[in-house]
Amino acid sequence: MSWEVIGIWLGALLSLCLYSFLYKDNPFYKFAEHLFVGMSAGYWVIYAIMNVLVPNWWQKLVPLEGGFQPIWLVPGVLSLFMLFRLIPKLAGLSRLSLALIVGTGAGISITAMLQTRALAQVNGTIIALGQGGGWFDWVSNIIMVTGVVCGLVYFFFSKSHTGVFGGAANVGITLLMVAFGASFGYTVMARISLLIGQTQFLLFEWLPTMGIHL
Amino acid sequence: MKRALFVLPLLALTGVLFAQSGGITSMDGGDCFIESLTAEDAPNDAGGGVDITWTVALDTALPDSMVLERKDDSGIWAAISTLNPINGRKTDNELENGMEYSYRIVPFYAGTAQDPSIEVSASSSTQWIHSGRIGMLITLVVISLVIFYYIDQGKRGKELYIRRIAGLTAVEDAVGRATEMGRPVLYIPGIMDMDNIQTIASMVILGRVAIKTAEYGSSLLVPTCRSVVMSVAQEIVKESYLQVGRPDAYKRESINYITDDQFGYAAGVDGIMVREKPAAIFMLGTFYAESLILAETGRSVGAIQIAGTAMPSQIPFFIAACDYTLIGEELFAASAYLSREPKLLGSLRGQDIAKLFFMIVIVLGVLTATLGEAWEPASKVAVFLKTITSVE
Repeated sequence: MSWEVIGIWLGALLSLCLYSFLYKDNPFYKFAEHLFVGMSAGYWVIYAIMNVLVPNWWQKLVPLEGGFQPIWLVPGVLSLFMLFRLIPKLAGLSRLSLALIVGTGAGISITAMLQTRALAQVNGTIIALGQGGGWFDWVSNIIMVTGVVCGLVYFFFSKSHTGVFGGAANVGITLLMVAFGASFGYTVMARISLLIGQTQFLLFEWLPTMGIHL
Repeated sequence: MKRALFVLPLLALTGVLFAQSGGITSMDGGDCFIESLTAEDAPNDAGGGVDITWTVALDTALPDSMVLERKDDSGIWAAISTLNPINGRKTDNELENGMEYSYRIVPFYAGTAQDPSIEVSASSSTQWIHSGRIGMLITLVVISLVIFYYIDQGKRGKELYIRRIAGLTAVEDAVGRATEMGRPVLYIPGIMDMDNIQTIASMVILGRVAIKTAEYGSSLLVPTCRSVVMSVAQEIVKESYLQVGRPDAYKRESINYITDDQFGYAAGVDGIMVREKPAAIFMLGTFYAESLILAETGRSVGAIQIAGTAMPSQIPFFIAACDYTLIGEELFAASAYLSREPKLLGSLRGQDIAKLFFMIVIVLGVLTATLGEAWEPASKVAVFLKTITSVE
């Protein structure tokens, strides 16, 4: 029995163990789940050490070409603070590292969010309604602009959704739901293709190892 | 504070004025095929780049190819790129800031190098301000000022209205239901790390949910996908339990790390759902393909589910499988809604004003762009609005 066949059998049996969850929780699913969680957790620990800690910190603290860069002790110490959570008396120090992570994350996100989720959208919506030339383009453009403006109205929190404002908000959420419906259908199709891929694996790769050819 | 608000834009403007530096050299090529050659510091970067631009003479014989050369430290020319014999531009990257680099282009006819172009030199430097993002900077400063103003209003005690958000009104009901049924509350903060703004928003909501579970005496489970999120969640929940005078009810081990792997995490959380049978499940944060897996399993165990994310592709799944869904920005408004803190409400009001500003810009832009097809002045207004909202 080759390693390839062993791999196919492992993949097939674990797939079946996971699919057994569709019936109900059972020992086979529990086994596959714990194996998956344990292996992935172990994998990510090694991944973090080899792809984050070593290249982004250790190799900068002690470069391969020689020398010692003391500035890189700062992130090292901050990382150490995180481990102090295991020592109750020193656990408070980890808050310094956490504050730095949360503050930096929020600060960096502000510009990225404003750029991609506000300005770029506003810029893309500023078009001539007749852009494209045909009547269909007119209709499409009007729907797009109306959708964006009414969608923004829906996300107003400091005014109640009543009267004209409420009507605009309703138009906004209706258009959003239509968009979500389209997105749902599109993604379900993608998921079905994943299911088809896994079924094909079981039927055309696993079964032939037992001499069953469909 | 007020002084700082005026000083900030001034500092930004000063930065812009002094940001652009680095050598610029432009030379005429004489009789060479290369008509002109220019080298200048690549703009809006962190340094290390020089832009080389050239034009070719159309009235001379066309070479087979051209080679861009850079002079090294010992004065020897080395090829860095082969170019097509047309006008063009190339950025030489990974250079040392402040050091002057010389370039020339050598045309090749039938494999033989001919007279090179004139030499041009430039040095690279770091720009503090990205000139293509000035519009964004101004917008950000204006929005920030508006938000500061409304935060100030909130602090002064001004009543700031916030409309009802169904999903958030149900938070208390969901926790109460879990208490009555004697089952735990499961809080899933998404799969991204603490540098993600949705995870940060989720942590703030977790604090409010934890206050409710502490008040009602329900148990709270928080499985996390990132170790840092686990640490932050532990701190936040601990703080909430302390706030309502129930530090004894806080269980650190209820907030645990599962795995960084997306589907490993989904499998682990599914297992928790079917074994612990939570009565209320909160899924708030950043979710990707695991959203439906989690929401469907939660539904199968009969839990009341409140979900929220700003990931447009995952919202449909939550709408389909959950009882309440916070759509996009409702997730960010949740902390203000639940806490009713004047500071957060003021910030929310400021953001609404920003939305109003964007709506006005859109309507004005569309109208002027449409009219501009027949009336030139309107077109100029549309171009101006496009310019101030453009991003690079």
